[in-house]
Order: sequence, then structure tokens, then C-alpha cells
Amino acid sequence: MVFSFDLLINAVVSGILIGGFYAAVTSGVSLSFGILDIVNIAHPAFIILGSYIAYIANATLGVDPILAAIVMMPVFYVLGAGIYQVYYVSFEKRGQESLRGLAFFFGLLFITEVTLVLYFGVDYRYVEARYIGPSWHFAMLDIPLRILVPCLVSLVLTAGLQLFLTHSFLGRAVMAVAQDQLALRLMAVDPIKIKRIAFGISIATASLAGAFLIIIQPVEPSVGREYIGRIFAICVLGGMGSLPGTVIAAMLLGIVESLTATFYGPSWAPAVSFGFLLLTLAVRPAGLLGR
Amino acid sequence: MRTPVFLLIWLVVCAAVFAVSVWLGNDYIFFAGYVVLQYVVLGTAWNILGGYCGYVNFGSAAFFALGAYSTVTIYRLTAEYELYGMPIPVLMLIGGVISGVVGFGMGYLTLRLRGAFFAIATLALAVVLQTLVVNWDYVGGSRGAYIIRPEQMGPIGNYIRYLFLIMMLLAVVAITIARLIEHSRLGYGFASIRDDELAAEASGVPTLRLKLIATTISGALMGMAGAPFPYYIGYLQPSSTFGLDYAVNSIAMPLIGGTTSWVGPLIGAFLLGSLQQIATVTISSAVNLLIVGFLLVIFVIIAPNGIVGLVHTYLQRKPEDFVGRRHVEADMPGRVP
Repeated sequence: MVFSFDLLINAVVSGILIGGFYAAVTSGVSLSFGILDIVNIAHPAFIILGSYIAYIANATLGVDPILAAIVMMPVFYVLGAGIYQVYYVSFEKRGQESLRGLAFFFGLLFITEVTLVLYFGVDYRYVEARYIGPSWHFAMLDIPLRILVPCLVSLVLTAGLQLFLTHSFLGRAVMAVAQDQLALRLMAVDPIKIKRIAFGISIATASLAGAFLIIIQPVEPSVGREYIGRIFAICVLGGMGSLPGTVIAAMLLGIVESLTATFYGPSWAPAVSFGFLLLTLAVRPAGLLGR
Repeated sequence: MRTPVFLLIWLVVCAAVFAVSVWLGNDYIFFAGYVVLQYVVLGTAWNILGGYCGYVNFGSAAFFALGAYSTVTIYRLTAEYELYGMPIPVLMLIGGVISGVVGFGMGYLTLRLRGAFFAIATLALAVVLQTLVVNWDYVGGSRGAYIIRPEQMGPIGNYIRYLFLIMMLLAVVAITIARLIEHSRLGYGFASIRDDELAAEASGVPTLRLKLIATTISGALMGMAGAPFPYYIGYLQPSSTFGLDYAVNSIAMPLIGGTTSWVGPLIGAFLLGSLQQIATVTISSAVNLLIVGFLLVIFVIIAPNGIVGLVHTYLQRKPEDFVGRRHVEADMPGRVP
């Protein structure tokens, strides 16, 4: 194990950048799990779906993957709204969301993964864009653009979501749904409609996160599983539904993972998030910026 | 029915099944039957925590793999020190103890919180254990591990028959444990947790202790099911041992069969397991997993109580059900707390 200052600084910086990307991956779950209390464990599967759509658009039309993902966001929104409708009618209304709702999302995760395997096989796919490849050099720092670009776009996305939640009527209604559905009904707002919209938005973010993922690393259908632990670790550590908390937690996890990968080897990185999750649950279940 | 009688009936059934399989004389029956029985154990074990307590475990594959890899470790150890290999029942016990302890530890850390956290932690457990195994060269790392299966086993004949017999006995043990729990104080405690944990806690049910008992029993049974697996498969690979198919199957089988009693997982595992064995041979193994996924989603939406629930409703129907049946449901958006 070679320990040098250069290596340390580079690991921390790339951890922060990767953390920015993790924030985009997690913001959808912060919305659905943190605020709406819907344990959508199929979220990584939708992210992978987003990756493959970006891949198809890039490989056949030569479109920029991020642009393709933004165009696809309304489709993902509709998909999410539809899934929430099924979830509501079949589980939430009957009060069975804890056991059968979870099994439902697990089934979705599984179906998506197997379908992708059947269509695309288990080969790794990647996209091409101008910013993939070159990197910037500052003094001893080495910043690959393929990580910087997703990180910046992702921070814009998260900031936009946060503004939406705090400054628009719809966003404030989403926050209100988490607190008191009955009060919302008394204000003549249909909580189910609000939840449907919020869940649609949460799935729409998966489209963009998927594009980031395939820009950063080659993707195959089962990659999503590694992200389950990560996403929920970040969501819980960030304080369940607090987007600023999500960003901080994402960067923390990014740094720790990057340090682990640099000094112990990349094959150990998946274990970090799990340790994070267990530690958070055991020590401070409310997370960093818990409500 | 008293438990000894119950046990005796199942042992007779097992003896009959084994005798018929031997009489048919095709060893493929044992290979296919072993997998179905393995799923009976996994489904029943999952149901002890999932069906009785209402806590979802997505990490069946992790507990199963723990059992399998404890066998590999012991196999390597005995080979290294040129000791006599351990008999499979002992390996099963060791695998069961290890998985039980891990289940207990996981439960202790996460079960004090809401149910969703436990589910997520089990999901992540599979990924982490896989990371550990992949990085651990002693048990083969990512390349996998070979286990040399003996050809014959004493008077039983071919070794696969021996494995089949052992798995069948384990299935009987699992079903008996599940049935015992169902009709005991423990089972009623579990049911109270499933129905309303807060009310149970308020009435003096020691919920955390009961949940830990359920997690430990369930994890131990899954580990026991995994322990003979290296001998069955011969070549153990991390990516397939930790695969999602174990997790999805051990959830789908109880949910499709019915979660409230020991009969459900048995029916589910038998139907789904046999269906998959047939589909794997005739169609392809990826397609049959897709079928399981779709069946799971369809069943949880349409028949929340599984096949057992469907049969139950059919038997319990009353004449007035057929004339002017009216459904009064809490049709309000969102439940009032």
C-alpha cells in the first residue's frame, strides 16, 4: 500500500465528484422513500433502464446521452405515475404496503433486470460523447470530464428539485402529504394525486441518473443491484427526504468509497455502503439532517 | 393433529416418494427433486419471518450462500490438514449456526426500526457478502470453488440420492418447525406483530425478542438448505450462488402459495419449483425466471392471500355471496391515522 499526498487528494476529489453523481441517483429515492414513504427498491432498475435508453439513443442516433435522458424524462414520469396508481389501488388502499408492496417492487426490479438480460445480454454497454475521455489537470489534480459533467448536471438537478419542493405550490403540497394527509384533504387537495405526481417525478430523475451512470461506467443489467445498498445508505444517512442532507451524505459516501478503492482495491468498494448503512441505523437512524 | 403424528405421516410420505423415485430408476428425478425440496426449505424459512411476522427478507441468497460457503471452507480445511471429510448433516448444522448468528446480528441492528430498514439491509447484505467472498481467495474468490462429490454413499447408492434424502428430511424438519410455531405462543406473538406491532408492544408482547427469534430460526434454516449445495452443484460460483433467483424464488413461493400457514410455502414451492424445472429443460432458464417475476407481481396484486387464500374463500363462500354482493370498502384516499 503506497500512501502519498497526491493519491489522497485525488481520491478525495474524485470521491466528491462521484458523490455528486450519487446525489442524482438518490434524489429520486429521497422523494419516494424519504418523503412519500414508498419503499421503492426497484429504483435502481429504472436507473438501469434509463442507462439502456441513453445507450440506444446514443448508439443509433448519436444523440448526447444527457440530452436523450432529458427528452425521456416525461416518459419516465408517466411510467412512474402509472406504477404509483397500481401500487395505490392494490396495496396502499388495502393497507398492505409493508409486505406485499415490497414484494411488488422487488418483482418489478427482477422483471426489469431479466428482461434487459434477455434483450441485451450481459455484455457491458457504453456511450460515446465529447466529454468522455479527456480530463483537466490542475497542479497535482486530475479531473476526468466524464465524472465532472454528470456531477455538475446532477447538482443542478438536485438544486432544482429542492427549489421545487420549497418554493412551488405543488412541491409544498408534496411536503405536506408526508406530514398530514388528512389536513391536505381538508384543504381540498387530493393527496393521491399529489403522491402520484411526486412518484412520477422521482422515477423521472431515474432517467437522468441512468444517463450519468452509463457515462461514468459501462453498464450491464445487474449493475443496478450494487446501487441498492448505496442509494438507501445515502438516503438514510442524509435524513430521509432532506435533499441537502442527501447531497452531503452522497459526497461523504463517495469520499469513503474512493479512499477504500484507492488504498485497498476497488473490489472492496461495495462493502463500504453497507457498513455505512448499518452504522447509521445503529447509531443515528434519523440521519444527518433528519426532519 | 399432534406433532409426532404429523411428523410420522410426513416421514411415511417421504419414504413413499423416495421408494417411487428409486423404482422409476432415473437419477434425473433426484437432481430435479433436490432443487424443489431446497425451495420448500427456503420458502418455509422465509415464511417464518415474512409470513408470520410480516418482515420482508430480501437476503435469502445471502443466508443460503453463507451455508454453502461454510461448507466450502470446512472442505478446504479438512483437505488441507488431510482430515476425514465431515458428514453432510454436521455441515448442515454448522452452516445453520453461522447463518443463524448472522441473522441474529442483522436483526439486532435493524429490527428496532421500521420494517423497511430491515428489508433494505437484507438486500444490501447479499451484495456485501458477495464482495467478501469474491475477495477471499481461500474459498475460491471470484473464480469459484470445486468440490469433489463422492460417487457412492453406502447402501443408498448414487450420492445424489443421499443428498435428495437429506434435503427431504430437512424439508420435513422445516415444515414441522413452521407448524409448531404456528400453533404456539410464539406463533400468536408473531401474528400480533404482523397485524399491529404498536398494539402488540403496548399489550406487553416482547416484540424485539420475538422478531429476533424469527430472524434467527429463518436464517438458520436457509443456511442449512445451503450447506449441502456445494456437493450438489460440484462447482460453486459467487455470482450464481448470490444470484437474485434465490431471493425472488423464496419470496415468490410463499406469497403465491399463501403466507398464513405452513401449507402455503409448501404448495408454492412445489408448484413453482416443478414448473421451473420443466421450463428450464423445455424453454430457457432466463425465461423461467421472468415467469416467476410476473407470477409474483400478479399474485400480490390479484390474490393477496395466495392459493391457500383462494381455496379458503372458495370453501367459505355463503349463499348470499352470489346474490347482490356489496362491497363496502374504505374508499377514502389515504387512511385516516
